[in-house]
Amino acid sequence: MAGSGTAHLRDHDDVVLRVENLVMEFPTGRHQVVHAVSDISFDIRRGETLGIVGESGCGKSTTARAIVQLPTPTSGRVVLDPGTDQEAELTALGGEDLRQVRPRLQMIFQDPISSLNPRRQVRDIVGEGLNIWAEGSDDQQIRARVDEVLEAVGIDPSVAANRRPHEFSGGQCQRISIARAVILEPEILICDEPVSALDVSVQAQILNLLEEMKDRYGLTLVFISHDLSVVRNVSDRVIVMYLGKACEVGDADTLYSVPAHPYTRVLLASAPQPASTVDESESAIGDEIPSPINPPSGCRFRTRCPRADDRCATEEPILRAVGDDHFVACHYPTMPGGTDG
Amino acid sequence: MAGTLLSVQDLKVGFRTEQGVVRAVDGVSFDLEAGQTIGIVGESGSGKTVTAKALMNLLPSYAHVEGTVIFGDRDVFAMAANREKHFWGVEMTMVFQDPMTSLNPVKKVGEQIAESLRVHLKKSRREAFAEAGDLLEQVGIPEPGKRLTQYPHELSGGLRQRVVIAMALACGPRLLIADEPTTALDVTVQKHILDLLDDLRRDRGMAMILITHDLGVVKGRADEIMVMYAGHTMEEAPTATLFSEMRHPYTEALLETIPKIDTPSHTRLVPIPGRPPEVIEIPDGCPFAPRCRYSTARCLTDRPGLTSHGSGHACACHAPVGTPSGSEARAANESAGTTAAGLDMAQFTRKVPVIDFAPPGAEG
Repeated sequence: MAGSGTAHLRDHDDVVLRVENLVMEFPTGRHQVVHAVSDISFDIRRGETLGIVGESGCGKSTTARAIVQLPTPTSGRVVLDPGTDQEAELTALGGEDLRQVRPRLQMIFQDPISSLNPRRQVRDIVGEGLNIWAEGSDDQQIRARVDEVLEAVGIDPSVAANRRPHEFSGGQCQRISIARAVILEPEILICDEPVSALDVSVQAQILNLLEEMKDRYGLTLVFISHDLSVVRNVSDRVIVMYLGKACEVGDADTLYSVPAHPYTRVLLASAPQPASTVDESESAIGDEIPSPINPPSGCRFRTRCPRADDRCATEEPILRAVGDDHFVACHYPTMPGGTDG
Repeated sequence: MAGTLLSVQDLKVGFRTEQGVVRAVDGVSFDLEAGQTIGIVGESGSGKTVTAKALMNLLPSYAHVEGTVIFGDRDVFAMAANREKHFWGVEMTMVFQDPMTSLNPVKKVGEQIAESLRVHLKKSRREAFAEAGDLLEQVGIPEPGKRLTQYPHELSGGLRQRVVIAMALACGPRLLIADEPTTALDVTVQKHILDLLDDLRRDRGMAMILITHDLGVVKGRADEIMVMYAGHTMEEAPTATLFSEMRHPYTEALLETIPKIDTPSHTRLVPIPGRPPEVIEIPDGCPFAPRCRYSTARCLTDRPGLTSHGSGHACACHAPVGTPSGSEARAANESAGTTAAGLDMAQFTRKVPVIDFAPPGAEG
């Protein structure tokens, strides 16, 4: 299968999350299986932002949800704080044990309005996590904490706390979602297309806010988006996904300045303002994305890849190093020196 | 030059609602020459789609439309009143954002394309079907013969949008309006669709109105760009001029706030505080003033009109970017630490949370 391998996993003490050989499959009605995510591995160091970028159907959201066991992956391991006394293997936990670990991971979603309960006041939405988890603190303390977090996300609690979500704009609702996610001081915040539904003039506010929240609460972020420019802006490390596989993994600036995988290059050339590191003509590939029910053999990108040959149909490329913290799953990548390998 | 094809003069569209009159478009004018592309750029609520729908006579009957639209030598709104049928869909056509909702899910692709040929150009079923096949080929659909007999759900998003484009081209329009034609599509497909529209426009000598929220989409494709905000034209200029000598603070802010694909990660973005206004109660003065780094006391009370900044370049601002009055206004705001509208200047540069404005209704 295309894009497996674990060469890019790092052996550091400060890895907060390690995902190994994650597979997510969904049965469909006719005895068929949707291969949404097929053998993805990655790790995240404390304080790092990992960007996951790809087109619709590449499995980026499924990967994010699999981290928080929504639902439990078909196979693979998700380990929080590996090698510490806080270590928790999420994929091996269930029921109450899993519930106890969940506050350490929080999520924000694409549509800010539908992710807030329309019938509840902002104060209750944001404070709910504390009401459940902060044993021993009284209402007064929870109130103060909610006010503090709302202020941190740029919402005035005296005006907003007793209002309901429909009274706010999309950008404001996204701020409230962020407040709800950070109030429990999670270790990892997973953001699934957090700015895609927002107006361009509001996007930057939310992206800057996420960076501020990261500093203030010592968060580690998983940031999912289809927008390459947005992903580069927020990420330290980036994974490019295609049809349930990782194509390229690496330090954000390296990956964007010396893109090695043909698919990464296509993405960079297809952006409304193409990246200067690729030629615009590289965007010329077929439009048809194969079905994840019956993915191509060998490398999954081969049906659209300009460099594909017989080897790509039979032998799946495994992620391998092409540079410092730069890994690619391709038999014929563009090597950082400019030559094709 | 082939002369003016479309001339829009002082277009106004209002909707009466329970909360008051929504002035969705408030005095927009522009000219479009045959074979040229104009890009209309704006955020939600800017009035860009309503402008397009007004031209296409697609607004609901309760919309209040004013102004003059001349297409060639014909008065478009007079034709609307006279219920002339063979204009929209023939001379002027439109492509919408979501290709799924613009197609009829229970009719075959071929029939849908053939329909306008049969209705407007009175072609026979057989002729229209054959022509539909040619059109599919022109929009780059492989195996057109097979696709004609398929239903929309059997096609991918990119192919569907190509079908919609084929429908729009069927009767050989002189003007194509494309309203966010690629927003619902994947990035690798987006560029193909935009390039296709551009090629078709050139081959057929069509004029095009390309509506988008993304300045990057129109940068290499439009001859001219009009930037809209809250129903008003903020700036209008030939594309190269707009990017090299932008005058409006909103245009500048839009460009600065978008992350760039070539800038290193963790580059801090220049935010635009607040959010686009509700077009129900636009305050006196400039609609962008409450979010603007350049705003002066005058901007809050006196709405700026479009003034010329050189050939074909107009901007509605009292303190345009790159002019002495603009630099002065910004410097004054920087030294005061706050703009005339009370915006904290520190949010643009330092790492402090950008405060969102109070929710609607909170001001009283």
